[in-house]
Amino acid sequence: MSASPPVACLECDLLHRRSPLPPGGEARCTRCGACLYRWARPDANERALALALAACILFVVANVFPIVGLEIQGVHSSATLIGAARSLWDDGARAVALLVFVTTVLVPAAELIGITWVLAALRRGRRGWGAVPLLHFIESVKPWGMVEVFVLGVLVALVKLTHVASVEPGAGLFAFGALMLLIAASAAAFDADAAWAQLEAGR
Amino acid sequence: MSAAPTAARLGLLACEVCRLVSRAPALGGDAHCPRCSATLHARKPASLARTWAFLITAMILYVPANMLPIMDTSSLFGTQRDTILSGVAFLWTSGSFVLALLVFFASIMVPLAKMIALTVLAASVQMRAAWHPRTRTRLYRVIEFAGRWSMLDIYVVTLLVALVHVSTFASIHAGPGAAAFGAVVVLTMFAATSFDPRLIWDTLGEKP
Repeated sequence: MSASPPVACLECDLLHRRSPLPPGGEARCTRCGACLYRWARPDANERALALALAACILFVVANVFPIVGLEIQGVHSSATLIGAARSLWDDGARAVALLVFVTTVLVPAAELIGITWVLAALRRGRRGWGAVPLLHFIESVKPWGMVEVFVLGVLVALVKLTHVASVEPGAGLFAFGALMLLIAASAAAFDADAAWAQLEAGR
Repeated sequence: MSAAPTAARLGLLACEVCRLVSRAPALGGDAHCPRCSATLHARKPASLARTWAFLITAMILYVPANMLPIMDTSSLFGTQRDTILSGVAFLWTSGSFVLALLVFFASIMVPLAKMIALTVLAASVQMRAAWHPRTRTRLYRVIEFAGRWSMLDIYVVTLLVALVHVSTFASIHAGPGAAAFGAVVVLTMFAATSFDPRLIWDTLGEKP
């Protein structure tokens, strides 16, 4: 590569020269204070891949097992996330059901599978099929994955229900809690700069 | 402040996807990032018009979102209709103060604060205001981050409907307020992503 490429602040458009960062460091825009880029460990994407892969597995667990079980006067009911979205759909609140399904199932699943696919290909020194559009897609849907908000929502619902029934948190809830942490850790580890540079070099 | 070296002034375009800075094409037309082939814009297209459109729609829907019940609970004792606010009140009176505050912030304060903040931001750019650009940029950063947490109540309703559905004791159904509320959250998120914080700084260079 030639001289280090400039970087423009996405929040105020000021141009900066890239300079090496100390471990754990972060470059901030001198004008508006937005984060320009972060220091990344050399094996950042290896870690991101491992975490994303673990998240993929937990995603399945979280969706297969019930999140909460409930007993009211001897009648037992439990719900998985997809089951909950389904009963909302059957109840006639289709737009809301769709919103729930997209933000907690579809987007997180697409994001996890996509990032795993791209990083796994890069790790083997290849440019995975469809890697560029996939990374684009992941970047654009990122704000719509809301697993962490959902986990908090489950907790609120649990507290509300304890007043009227006996509730037991299911395996799905714990899986969702762990999934939330893994998604955050994988996103934090992901070094987008390195991934794009590698994709460019492999072209 | 004198004209700062921004990408736009130097004829450069920064890719919003992969962040590569490249030279803007001499001729008009759509520019594409040489690295990731995303469409490049110096500023988000029609940023203010889109922001206003989403924002005003969200404001209108905010009324039914708070007035209409988001949840109907029917039991042997009749039907109880819960709005977002009465849901908060229920949590508060039943002693879950922390959760009551949490839901109050996520469902009532955050959407309201977000709409007010976006109005201030869009209006200030429209009026070419030069005050506190750094603070306004920070405000934008905060609302972009906080907006998603308003979805909380939607998930709560979803779980309650799913769980208290089959029981003979009571059944919970989603009310029309839930759809309106969901729409408010989605629309304010669209409004926030349509707004381009670089516009806050653009007016600064124009002033002598």
